[in-house]
Amino acid sequence: MTYETIFAGFGGQGILFAGKVIAYAGMIEGKNVSHLPSYGPEMRGGTANCSVIVSDVDVASPIITEPSALVVMNGPSLDKFEKAVVPSGKIFIDSSLISRKCEREDVDVYAIPATKMANDMGIPKLANMIMVGKLVKETGMFTWEQLKGAVTKLVPAAKAAMLESNIKALEAGYNF
Amino acid sequence: MGNKILMKGNEALAEAAIRAGCRHFFGYPITPQTEVSAYMAKKMPKIGGTFLQAESEVSAINMVYGAGGAGVRVMTSSSSPGISLKQEGISYIAGADVPCVIVNIVRGGPGLGGIQPAQSDYFQATKGGGHGDYHLVVLAPSSIQEMVDLTSDAFDIGDKYRCPVMIMGDGMLGQMMEPVEFKDTDAESLPEKEWATSGTGMKRKKNIINSLFIEASELEDLVLERQKRYDAIIANEVRYEAIDTEEADIVLVAYGTTARIAKTAMAKAKEKGYKVGIIRPITLWPFPFEAFEKALSKNTNKTFLAVEMSMGQMVEDVRLAVNGRADVQFFGRTGGVVPTPNEILAKIEEIGGAK
Repeated sequence: MTYETIFAGFGGQGILFAGKVIAYAGMIEGKNVSHLPSYGPEMRGGTANCSVIVSDVDVASPIITEPSALVVMNGPSLDKFEKAVVPSGKIFIDSSLISRKCEREDVDVYAIPATKMANDMGIPKLANMIMVGKLVKETGMFTWEQLKGAVTKLVPAAKAAMLESNIKALEAGYNF
Repeated sequence: MGNKILMKGNEALAEAAIRAGCRHFFGYPITPQTEVSAYMAKKMPKIGGTFLQAESEVSAINMVYGAGGAGVRVMTSSSSPGISLKQEGISYIAGADVPCVIVNIVRGGPGLGGIQPAQSDYFQATKGGGHGDYHLVVLAPSSIQEMVDLTSDAFDIGDKYRCPVMIMGDGMLGQMMEPVEFKDTDAESLPEKEWATSGTGMKRKKNIINSLFIEASELEDLVLERQKRYDAIIANEVRYEAIDTEEADIVLVAYGTTARIAKTAMAKAKEKGYKVGIIRPITLWPFPFEAFEKALSKNTNKTFLAVEMSMGQMVEDVRLAVNGRADVQFFGRTGGVVPTPNEILAKIEEIGGAK
């Protein structure tokens, strides 16, 4: 099984970290993984994206041209990547930031008001983790325990409070 | 998961250099390799090493010259425009037989070019770059793990043959994260650096590190002696990966990032019934000519397709290796554009005909 996910949004939303959580979880589970961030001029313009592959076989090209899942946290990212998603792939939209509907009818679309949820929960910077929670739930990429285990290892032990809010956000997304 | 950690290419390379005993790093920031410098800046002071951000790439490479001449393991890193600035120093270092490691995380060119991944410094790396009769050993990893492993090899090769060694990656390898494992390898027993200007301790005659030899016959002797070491490198250090090349109708030839994309294209082409293999040079100099001999050993009725992120710089070495015995073709994207597997697949279909 190979999961090819593109995460995209504004700089500062934790897009690269969201991808890192998935890559890290994959590595812990013994999968082959790659995490390719954008670093070009588009990054200077404020948008960020990363391509994360989690696979049972070797990762050949780390570039994803036909993602099996897309997580978008702003309008321009939906515009840019919507068409690339494979038929019957999954698109996860932060509906509190993206007003328009997804135009594709051959994919599963999940609208999560992640930014609003995060604000309401008092953890405004963790909308990204809400999206990750939903992504993992719907793709079945990892179990809840595996996801929780990965983020526990990724967040430094010295930052226990941060870990707690990350897990809270993942859980909110996972159960949405 | 063993001892694997998830690391960005640039940082993994820097850590591998430290583990290989590099305690001196001189650099100047440039996208997309700045994380090498940043990592060294953070780590070197903690382990008693030297990190110095020079005032320019020219200064940095000459600091490398000095430190390498004193016999310590030293590295610099940059990206294409910065590597151009270093060329004079590299030629001097080669002329003075000083070992060191130079990292080029290639970006699009010429000029300041862009900051996206490219392979358009192949000529510069493998055919000279600086002036004079010299070669760099050029190592081209295609994964972060290989980057780590080759960094350690680069220092050993440099010390063994007294020559500068280049690790050539590209923006994608520098920026992407993959799991890596740092293996505890027993260091090869390497010759004492009796030539180094490390202090006589009043016990020996002084050593001199120099690349100026006015007497023509003296210079010729030195160049000939160096050539013997290059011949030994050619005999001992060629590295490549070859998959299904003998049976293939179409043999892809690609290195670094492009080899990974070519492998995806190869898998897709095989599903469609094409007989495709791949040669992935790991040493760009010395070029793996023997891989082509093996590919041609059963029959020569095949096409070699060089795939590069350049306008076709390695394809010249592919033609030399094939030497007129088989068809050679080229597909490339440049300027920082990375080819897609489907573009390569389309070229394979064009060569192979409809299935």
